[in-house]
Amino acid sequence: MSENDYLPGAQVPDARGYFGAYGGRFIPEALVAAVEQVAEEYEKAKTDPAFAAELDGLLKDYTGRPSPLTDVRRFSAEAGGARVLLKREDLNHTGSHKINNVLGQALLTKRMGKTRIIAETGAGQHGVATATACALFGFDCTIYMGEVDTQRQALNVARMRMLGAEVIAVKSGSRTLKDAINEAFRDWVANVDSTHYLFGTVAGPHPFPMMVRDFHRVIGVEARQQVLDRTGRLPDAVVACVGGGSNAMGIFHEFIPDAGVRLIGCEAAGEGAETPRHAATLTKGDPGVLHGSRTYVLQDEDGQTIESHSISAGLDYPGVGPEHAWLKDTGRAEYRPVTDDQAMQALRLLSRTEGIIPAIESAHALAGALELGRELGPEATILVSLSGRGDKDMHTAAEYFGLYDSEGK
Amino acid sequence: MASKLSEVLAAAKAENRAALIGYLPAGFPTVEGGIEAVNALVEGGCDIVEIGLPHSDPVLDGATIQTADDIALRGGVRIKDVLHTVAEVAAAHPEAAVLVMTYWNPVDRYGVARFAADLAAAGGAGCILPDLPVEESEEWRKAAGEHGLDTVFVVAPSSKDHRLAEVTAAGSGFVYAAAVMGVTGTRAQVGNLAEDLVARTRATTELPVCVGLGVSTPAQAAEVASFADGVIVGSAFVQRILDADGDQAAALAAVRTLAGELAEGVRRR
Repeated sequence: MSENDYLPGAQVPDARGYFGAYGGRFIPEALVAAVEQVAEEYEKAKTDPAFAAELDGLLKDYTGRPSPLTDVRRFSAEAGGARVLLKREDLNHTGSHKINNVLGQALLTKRMGKTRIIAETGAGQHGVATATACALFGFDCTIYMGEVDTQRQALNVARMRMLGAEVIAVKSGSRTLKDAINEAFRDWVANVDSTHYLFGTVAGPHPFPMMVRDFHRVIGVEARQQVLDRTGRLPDAVVACVGGGSNAMGIFHEFIPDAGVRLIGCEAAGEGAETPRHAATLTKGDPGVLHGSRTYVLQDEDGQTIESHSISAGLDYPGVGPEHAWLKDTGRAEYRPVTDDQAMQALRLLSRTEGIIPAIESAHALAGALELGRELGPEATILVSLSGRGDKDMHTAAEYFGLYDSEGK
Repeated sequence: MASKLSEVLAAAKAENRAALIGYLPAGFPTVEGGIEAVNALVEGGCDIVEIGLPHSDPVLDGATIQTADDIALRGGVRIKDVLHTVAEVAAAHPEAAVLVMTYWNPVDRYGVARFAADLAAAGGAGCILPDLPVEESEEWRKAAGEHGLDTVFVVAPSSKDHRLAEVTAAGSGFVYAAAVMGVTGTRAQVGNLAEDLVARTRATTELPVCVGLGVSTPAQAAEVASFADGVIVGSAFVQRILDADGDQAAALAAVRTLAGELAEGVRRR
């Protein structure tokens, strides 16, 4: 893989970090110097062959890239016969796509001479990946996780602690991902000299949305070539789940110039996008500022953030990356709500037709693919980002399906 | 014509003392109770008050102000209540300058021009927007300027000298120098970063430089007053009200007493 495969020269966003009307840098003065340092160091690293070579080596020999592309024929039969191909980010080391970005930013942390990393996590996948990289590089590591999420993703809390990270359960606000980000920002303001905030999604102040996307861009670069090699043509659609939106931006980005390829993001609709209990930010939110950038936000008419709800901790977030906001407004991507029930049915279906247990986050994309396949019919090819594996979700799934009962369902 | 904020700071300077600036969120513990509390700050000796707009995501605030914001929001406080608080305090105390301190999204959502117009109509003197950096502030500054409102920017110990010059050039009224790197909350020591930051800031501007973050006692106020034009106290007032545990008379007495002690402190420079 050449350096250009994951570090593009794309000129979006503009110099101030705007994708159209979205993005920018809404941060306190105390963090301006640190965020500028990240941006400057990233610009230098992007053109440094030694950085590219080191990251390349890690992605290949540590993460296990390239990740496979899997034809799922029995699952496809349920998707109107459309051919469904899974990009297997669940097979990466640590079990999700999150490691791609984490390794890139860990190398950047080393370049900046910082010794401590903090991160937020929802499902725990970004936290596990960050704790993993900190163990590998010898950084001190503190992970902020909403108290609700520490309970529903207890396995990942144990993994992070096993890896030597300190996990802090955040008890403020909705006690989920949004509040974990708030607390990580508070830590960063106080400890910015020694500490890098290894932000885990394509949101936050510039350069994070661009940089995190660039580190995940490898997903789409590999997948596009794999689909061409496998089928002889481009897919009709690329489907991914969207919380903050990192795996979706990673798989979408390489396909943006391919006008014939539909890009479809699946948001968490929780109990239904028409109910108050959902996390469908692009479907139901309005433009505003949250966590450092202008984007769509679930908010009330006074600009107070509305708490989101999803069975999936990783999608339970009332904001979204600004590049997704831009892709929505320009019409280049479509965003659909997927309910908890739809996602859980898709999770069970993939488990029982293919022997692959997906993360609940990724199951939202699978549910979207089932719906889309029925719309497009058997001639269609649909590429799905299987962003993570479902081991961490077994407790939630067991409760949902009654698997702990003596008979199961 | 000098702004209200500039006049108040100039008057303190003429008395050869630092100004005392007190902060409380609106709607805490209730809208009317909050108005009484802010009035008590002024009556106790604050020259300037900052009225906080409670927010769901106060990323720059420590546990004390987070708790107060939660209480205010659970009580149903709205932006109109914040503006009502400004109007009541400004009417009761025309000698004081009344500022609003708010995260950016509520202003953005309310409408930038509308917020500036309504704040000015309520008798507000200006705004502090701690998560709106200079680069993103043009629309606000234009609206504020049209309505005679000052825009106070924050500088931090991490701000480099060239950056300080950019920030102070954009601001008006005074410069808010953050004494420490961190979120709001009381601290045992103000730290030596503040004096250096004030000196570096003064090298870039004629504006008064006021110091906040972590200042809570009369002794700290006196220390800060020895090198700054104003002393900003927030969490210590909020904590007094939390400690009163619902006894409004006790809360008002406690914040009035603290304001009085701090007002002595800023005169001991």
